[in-house]
Amino acid sequence: MEITNNDPPQPHPLPPPFTHTAPAPTLLTQGAEALLYRTHFLLPSHPCALKHRPSKPYRHPVLDKRLTKHRILSEARTLVKCRREGVSVPGVLALDAEGCGDAGSGGWMMMEWVEGRTVKEVVVEAGKRIKERGGGGVWEEGLRALMGKIGRALGRMHEVGVVHGDLTTSNMMLRPSPTSLQNGTTFTNGAEGDGDDAKSAGESLEGEIVLIDFGLAAQSLQDEDKAVDLYVLERAFGSTHPEAEEGFQEVLRVYGESYKGAKVVLKRLEDVRLRGRKRSMLG
Amino acid sequence: MIALGLEGSANKLGVGLISHPAKGGAAHILSNIRHTFISPPGEGFLPKDTAKHHRSWIIRLVKQAMKEAGLRVEDIDCICYTKGPGMGAPLQSVAVAARMLGLLWAKKLVGVNHCVGHIEMGREITGAQNPVVLYVSGGNTQVIAYASQRYRIFGEALDIAVGNCLDRFARTLRISNDPAPGYNIEQMAKHGRHLVDLPYAVKGMDCSFSGILASIDILAEKLEAHRGQWKDELTNEVITREDLCFSLQETVYAMLVEITERAMAHVGSSQVLVVGGVGSNERLQEMMGMMARDRRGTVFATDERFCIDNGIMIAHAGLLAYEKGSITALEDSTCTQRFRTDEVFVKWRE
Repeated sequence: MEITNNDPPQPHPLPPPFTHTAPAPTLLTQGAEALLYRTHFLLPSHPCALKHRPSKPYRHPVLDKRLTKHRILSEARTLVKCRREGVSVPGVLALDAEGCGDAGSGGWMMMEWVEGRTVKEVVVEAGKRIKERGGGGVWEEGLRALMGKIGRALGRMHEVGVVHGDLTTSNMMLRPSPTSLQNGTTFTNGAEGDGDDAKSAGESLEGEIVLIDFGLAAQSLQDEDKAVDLYVLERAFGSTHPEAEEGFQEVLRVYGESYKGAKVVLKRLEDVRLRGRKRSMLG
Repeated sequence: MIALGLEGSANKLGVGLISHPAKGGAAHILSNIRHTFISPPGEGFLPKDTAKHHRSWIIRLVKQAMKEAGLRVEDIDCICYTKGPGMGAPLQSVAVAARMLGLLWAKKLVGVNHCVGHIEMGREITGAQNPVVLYVSGGNTQVIAYASQRYRIFGEALDIAVGNCLDRFARTLRISNDPAPGYNIEQMAKHGRHLVDLPYAVKGMDCSFSGILASIDILAEKLEAHRGQWKDELTNEVITREDLCFSLQETVYAMLVEITERAMAHVGSSQVLVVGGVGSNERLQEMMGMMARDRRGTVFATDERFCIDNGIMIAHAGLLAYEKGSITALEDSTCTQRFRTDEVFVKWRE
């Protein structure tokens, strides 16, 4: 039996007040939970990200409201906490957790716009370069330094008692330092310029790690939760960047030195690895 | 080729006969019969009694199925049985029956993974090509997608299965287990109107139901203690047993639809197939349909003949393996309570 849907699918309308924004927000991605737009905050020259959690028609309205509100507030609180403690995350600009503008529109949160590329894109590019040159050189060094930065950023986040819940290289941005932006060099141009390898590697791999998408984040001080966080990233790393797997050791090495409890978490990670996420169903 | 399938991993004993045309094409269902062990209200089915039920009914069912299909023993190519997962004692009694028939009729045996049986039968009946599968029953809750010869588990229940949660709540309310506790909860939920607050436990693509069961059990106690004095805060109307069934369904099914949607977004699939006993619930199917419409996708579901445990799915999945040369030697024809879906090497798919 096939449950047919003859009704046309409903595209998600923007929640108010963004229906009146000019120029209109542009949709970047649609996940299972939320739609991510690029728009601006107060002034057209001030770009920002808009995360809209539309209400789910299949859920009971009371339950839907409760979940949307809880998730938006918890994500915002986590971001604010990170920000206060000096972890690099996008700042929260505004939110509406209860769909005040319109009962059926769900909720939304506006965040600071993070310039740069995802770590995933950067690592893939670096991997390609290293392969072309047969290993060694500035790209490998730069990649190693990047891994160290990731380890330090994660250590910082765990130190303040936040676990991300969905660590992947797509959920980390590499934000170029303001100077390289001022010089007006774009990264793709720099990377294509074969003449100056060191310069392009520097431009591509330079910058600050900013962690994004805290939709599944939680506040926890337990070693187990932090170890699972790292394990999730390790698995994601293995499937997204199999060629750069040894790079992950550098993430862990720097992580281990980044804060006081980190060594204990790494020890716990060994247990988590043995256990895996799944219970074995043998015997 | 024709296969006999024997299923008895829980309280249903199923016998099925299926034929796969030599030239390919749709399978023919020659017979699909079932006998269910029903425990009294307030009680679950115990392994010992269930095994006894299976032992005393299996010969009768096999004879009836053969008669219904109009087959002789010579027509059968192999005998497929459920190797696991399931309850130990019931699995054993069916495995013994399969071995006995195999020796008596000189037929090859094929041990089948119960979950793979559900998935393959769902695909065969609905024609879904490469769906994300939500497998929900009294013993299993899994979100599955196929990739390179394995059915991979993307999300699952971390403690009890969703069906177990519903069955046990039916016991708390002492609702009849006939024809199934979940069916009776569904009928009561249709008259519920107020949503009471229950925990909502989704962790990524996994979920948990034991805390929800504990909470709703406490609420049922409260309802019993106050006898019509417990009122809804918004409407000031009395909370009823029907409201509890309604709230339980709304909460656990929302969780299932959410993890399914997340898996669909993750693997980039637009088809979803719901299998397993809980999959016959109309409210779950309806909610899944709304989610799929939002994603411009399609939901595939089967009715109770194929959703609820049956012999035909074991015959079908077993025959797929048998056609690719898989047989289970007599000395290996054991059964096991734990047998993960992703342990099976799926030879018969690209």
